[in-house]
Amino acid sequence: MVFVKKKTTVPVSALYMFAVWCLISMTAHADACLECHSEWEDNDRAPSKLISTDVHFKAGLGCADCHGGDPTLEDMDDVRQHKNYLGVPEPEEIPLFCAGCHSNPAYMIKHNPSLSTDQFDKYKTSVHGKLLLGKGDTKAANCVSCHSVHDIASPRIPTSTVYAVNIPTTCAECHGDAGYMAEYKIPTDQYEKFAGSVHGIALLERNDLGAPACNDCHGNHGAIPPGVTSISAVCGLCHSLIADEFSRSPHKKAFDDLGYPECEGCHSNHLVQKPQHYWMGTSDSSICVNCHAFDDGTIALTSAETMHKSLVDLHDAYTRAESRTNDGELKGMMVTDLRFKLKEVKQFIIKTGTAIHSFNDSVVVKTAEPGLQLANKVYESAAAKIDEYYYRRYGLGIASLIITMLAVLLYFKIKSIEK
Amino acid sequence: MPEIDQSKRNLLGWLLKGGFIAFLGSVFYPIYRFVIPPASGEANVSQIKLPFKLEELLTDDKKSRIFKFGRELGIIIVTDKDEVKAFSAICTHLDCTVQYREDLGTIWCACHNGHYDLEGRNIAGPPPRPLKKFAVHIENATGEIFVSKT
Amino acid sequence: MGINAETNRSIWSRFYGWVDERLKIGTLIEYMSKKEVPSHSHSIWYFFGGMTLFFFIVQVVTGILLLLYYRPGAESAYESVKFIVSEVTFGWLIRSVHSWSANLMILAAFIHMFSVFFTHAYRKPREMTWVSGVLLLGLAMAFGFSGYLLPWNELSFFATRVGTGMAGAIPVVGNFLMKFMRGGENVTGATIGRFFGFHVAVLPGIFTVLIALHLFFIQRQGMSEPLEWAGKPPQQKKYMVFFPNFLLRELLIWLILLNLLAVLAVFFPDGIGPVHWPLGQKADPFAPPPPVIRPEWYFMFAFQALKMIPAHILFIEGELFGIFVISLAGAAWLIAPFFAARRREGEKSPAMVIFGWIILIFFIVMTVIGYFLE
Repeated sequence: MVFVKKKTTVPVSALYMFAVWCLISMTAHADACLECHSEWEDNDRAPSKLISTDVHFKAGLGCADCHGGDPTLEDMDDVRQHKNYLGVPEPEEIPLFCAGCHSNPAYMIKHNPSLSTDQFDKYKTSVHGKLLLGKGDTKAANCVSCHSVHDIASPRIPTSTVYAVNIPTTCAECHGDAGYMAEYKIPTDQYEKFAGSVHGIALLERNDLGAPACNDCHGNHGAIPPGVTSISAVCGLCHSLIADEFSRSPHKKAFDDLGYPECEGCHSNHLVQKPQHYWMGTSDSSICVNCHAFDDGTIALTSAETMHKSLVDLHDAYTRAESRTNDGELKGMMVTDLRFKLKEVKQFIIKTGTAIHSFNDSVVVKTAEPGLQLANKVYESAAAKIDEYYYRRYGLGIASLIITMLAVLLYFKIKSIEK
Repeated sequence: MPEIDQSKRNLLGWLLKGGFIAFLGSVFYPIYRFVIPPASGEANVSQIKLPFKLEELLTDDKKSRIFKFGRELGIIIVTDKDEVKAFSAICTHLDCTVQYREDLGTIWCACHNGHYDLEGRNIAGPPPRPLKKFAVHIENATGEIFVSKT
Repeated sequence: MGINAETNRSIWSRFYGWVDERLKIGTLIEYMSKKEVPSHSHSIWYFFGGMTLFFFIVQVVTGILLLLYYRPGAESAYESVKFIVSEVTFGWLIRSVHSWSANLMILAAFIHMFSVFFTHAYRKPREMTWVSGVLLLGLAMAFGFSGYLLPWNELSFFATRVGTGMAGAIPVVGNFLMKFMRGGENVTGATIGRFFGFHVAVLPGIFTVLIALHLFFIQRQGMSEPLEWAGKPPQQKKYMVFFPNFLLRELLIWLILLNLLAVLAVFFPDGIGPVHWPLGQKADPFAPPPPVIRPEWYFMFAFQALKMIPAHILFIEGELFGIFVISLAGAAWLIAPFFAARRREGEKSPAMVIFGWIILIFFIVMTVIGYFLE
């Protein structure tokens, strides 16, 4: 390298450095916002700390794409004075703001073709939307309340605030806060009740994603409690056969006419528990007697008695058969075929539980009958296997007798030889 | 005296012979029963012959049957393309027994409305995993169906 | 005699005549019919060898029966044993008798061995009988160790892992020995294959040869007489003829033992007290070991002794030292007759008796501690 005069080398190296600088700043996010904010933000949940995981950021959107302004400006006063600068939007501005992209099919198809674009429309029909956009109530949930903002993740990712297992906690942020919700006069114990329900235990403790979270029944963007007449349709999305039976039963019309919430009336909405036998029947703790009486002109309570008996008989037969089978197994007998049959009886128990929703006692009895017979067969077989266990001792007794007899004879033989 | 002793000795001898035979019987009877194989034949099941033939399956109005496979239940179906397929019948969600829905072209679980396609893949509802698929062999001459683990 | 004798002969004597004509076994039979057994206050101990033999015969018979259904291999062993116990008619009986007879055989062998030792019967001319006997005991314990793994359940898997691991601690040959036993680095299906081969083919073969020799020695030399008889005149020594008196007594005992086995199989099919062998769960190599792993009771003394040795003795690692001492004691036990070579007939050997008591008490104490104090 020959050193030429200073006058010509400076421009060359300066050009070189500038080219490099251009390259670097063009390939990286030319985001002065992020650079500055990363330096002085020290909170773990500050935007600059979270943004690298954000789904929008990873798609190439920078700070200015949402907040407006010029990302190359470094001075905060310059930033604020920029004509396109939006800053931090107000709560009531947020839904429309997000909808700017998310309700635009032509735009969204370029980034995520399978993502729907009706969230804002649905939001407008929801309780949250009506409060925020209609009444200007900024306490109501907007997009950011549920989805977070600088660390938005797909609902399929476990770290997302709207991942199925996390949804109840996200909703409970407001709905579980009695002070926050005081003016709305709705209960704030839904989370506790849900967490104690079969659905809650399945979702929150066993991470069974097949179990419903809040949005599966209430909708997510169009969140509203299901109408009284559509409860069985919603529950029926999973519990299809039961919903069918219920729809054909006399209770469907009766409940809807009375404005009585279909499934919820007996099963509760949030605190859904395993149904108990005594719910169906005529005892004081049954659900039937809340509406029906023996002299109310219907066959309701007599039906209920029959159906209750069916349930209890089947369950008792199963328990008896299972306990006998366990006895047999403890005694070392092979009980696999009995376990198969017990599984079949379990299926009949499920079918009978479904048939209950027809509220027709002859249907219920007919459904339970084969299960009852099978359970009794299992009981007999298990008892037979246990008898085999005792037969062994009997057989041993006989063999011992023969051997002892022979031993005694042999002893006498020895004695006689030695005389 | 010697006569009584002699007859006693004869009696002893006969009793001894009889007792010995009874003894042999009590030893060989269990051994004899032991060596005759029990009905269930085999310990670990990797292949079974179904207790019904192909014709029965084809003429079944549900176009499917449940069968026992070792400790599990299996389901064998005839699709509308006349293919015979077999899967584990235990739903991967909460262990209910599945059924074939010819009208929907799926294997369906009534408990929580789960659906599997005809390759066993879980396609709708709560089931988290596919159904285990079994291999089916049909003996053309006799119509016997053999199912084995893949 | 003449014609009458011909027609009066029983089936047996006709059969004997036919064989004798061809093999000339007359002198042998003559010799054996004269065999006598000393009859004295300690004669009872003479029966224990036969008891061991009886249990071995039971093992062979029940073992062959189990072979009809047992299938070695990690994916079939446990299932086949479960099948035998629950589905095969009288399967529970055959399996239970096999397990009980195994343990009782080794117990009888120990009693036989110690009774022989304390009556000084190992001395000249019976050195080879003693050596073959000790080897037979070792083989019996190998039978027990190899058979224990075959059901491939949790109990046996971990016991085998610990047992073969200890073999690995032996210096120089340990690693090779462990890999040889395990059929690899770990206890796997390959180990079942090896143990099975040993248990049903190799060990029975060697055992049969040694037993034949052992019995031949005894038949040739007769039962040993008590030391006190050394100087006695013949009139003061009582004897019992082997055929049929001693033999019939032996058979009577065998009959009682058979009944005992049947009773144990029905009332205690899975063992008794701490000596338990329930089928339990299938072996899972990745599961954590159960809180208590025990070897079979006849290995407990060594297991417990090694556990109790401090980590280091002088400059040697504790376990190594323990193995060395036990091996040394075992070797001394094996060649014990040659230490008493210079004893004259009838002379007591107090040193040997003391040695014998030390070994016996050590065995019992270690076993008891292993079971009841741990």
